[in-house]
Amino acid sequence: MNSIIWKLAVLVFSVIASPLMADELRGTGNLGIVIERASGSLVIIDTGKHMKLGRIEGLGDLSHASAVFSRDQRYAFVFGRDGGLTKIDLLTGSIVKRVMQAGNAIGGAISDDGMLVAVSNYEPGGVRVFDAETLTQVADIPAIGADGKNSKTVGLVDLPGRRFAYTLYDAGEIWVADFSSDETPRITKLTNIGKLPYDGNVTPDGRHYLVGLFGEDGVVHVDMWREPLKPERILDGYGRGEEKLPVYKMPHLEGWAAAGHVLLIPAVGRHELIAVDTRTFKETGRIATYGQPVFAVARPDGRHVWVNFAHPLNDTVEVVDTLTLKVIQRFKPGPAVLHMEFTPRGHEAWVSARDSDRVYVYDTSTFSKKAEISALKPSGIFFTARATRIGQ
Amino acid sequence: MQRSWTISQWLPSAVAIGCMITAWPVLAGEAPDTAKLAALVRQDCGSCHGLSLKGGLGKPLTAERLAPWDRDQILHIILDGVPGTPMPPWRPLLTESEARWIANKLKQGTLQ
Repeated sequence: MNSIIWKLAVLVFSVIASPLMADELRGTGNLGIVIERASGSLVIIDTGKHMKLGRIEGLGDLSHASAVFSRDQRYAFVFGRDGGLTKIDLLTGSIVKRVMQAGNAIGGAISDDGMLVAVSNYEPGGVRVFDAETLTQVADIPAIGADGKNSKTVGLVDLPGRRFAYTLYDAGEIWVADFSSDETPRITKLTNIGKLPYDGNVTPDGRHYLVGLFGEDGVVHVDMWREPLKPERILDGYGRGEEKLPVYKMPHLEGWAAAGHVLLIPAVGRHELIAVDTRTFKETGRIATYGQPVFAVARPDGRHVWVNFAHPLNDTVEVVDTLTLKVIQRFKPGPAVLHMEFTPRGHEAWVSARDSDRVYVYDTSTFSKKAEISALKPSGIFFTARATRIGQ
Repeated sequence: MQRSWTISQWLPSAVAIGCMITAWPVLAGEAPDTAKLAALVRQDCGSCHGLSLKGGLGKPLTAERLAPWDRDQILHIILDGVPGTPMPPWRPLLTESEARWIANKLKQGTLQ
């Protein structure tokens, strides 16, 4: 009798608790996702075991897709190019909810309290904000610039205090949307910041928002701790009047860590990184690189910065020592290296090589390859530890 | 066109001759590697224009949206870019016949 009850209990339990991927208890701190851009899918990975746990399909156009994570690191919010916003349960390997929130989008952010997910849109422009639990729309903020026109938005980040900062590409403005009091945001607009701001990001302390300009030689800096907010031009004329090289892939401002006080910023149309002191926002040096940097991602301790490059020099990764500002490693993972992600404390770097259909795992102290994982045309790699960081 | 002249004036003659040879694959009896070009359009043009060419930071490149431009105008934009915008000149990376192949396919809408 006892054994029958026991068997029944096991049966009931396994029906209720058996998730799609794992029938064991699991934390999510080791989990991550790799975007498979061409097939509209992603794979969920266990970064500790170097293995795939499963694939999720039906996510639409994932070119330039990115993701943020819920505070409990169980759910990923994936932002597709086609305006799709998908909430994924990493434990069960399933889609919780998916909405088509716009016609064309470029990434998003999650508020510091984990309640709001904001998406940056190209078509129809502006930013839309959703309840992280249900993905119902909370706010729609069209980006009508001082020029009266609807603008594409870029460089969307979360800021402390339930705020988001983003940049109007066409209008050349920076807006801060403050959701601290209720779900009708108070918007602060900084106008005339410069021509064609292509991306923006905030330092890991949430203080300094920097915006790269494509139409001018310079970077815009806003100190979010000083009211009233004021856009200040830094690195003005960093190209020294030289004509820039053709840019076959826009650089991204992502993955900074201040090493001491050094921040490395990709120079547009140049084979160069510019080192900036985060106390003065003055240039402190330049690093000649193999190609035009796309990502310059700091290892979490800030000692090294890993750099990948624009087409057609995108088969190479370089590692810069932030103490000496010298390139200390150069290696070639293969054609079309698109993204790099560090494990939370930086012992490994995961590198996606699109044209080899592989993600490579490197030991960051020896630079040797530890593992490789197959994935279909992999692009962005996102680990759940991002949930704990400001400005993701 | 002006831009390409300026660039070619800068090039040492040996490089210029090298470019002449690679720039006329039809004369040299080479056909464009169409699989590679289609992948380039999807993946690399796609980083600004979207994988399905429906647009991104760059404009949509669907046949419908390209209707106002003829093939030669598109060819010109591919090879020489659009000054003042992020659209770069692809002349350093593509031959004229490769760019023409892409322009044709974009007009036909067969790369989407």
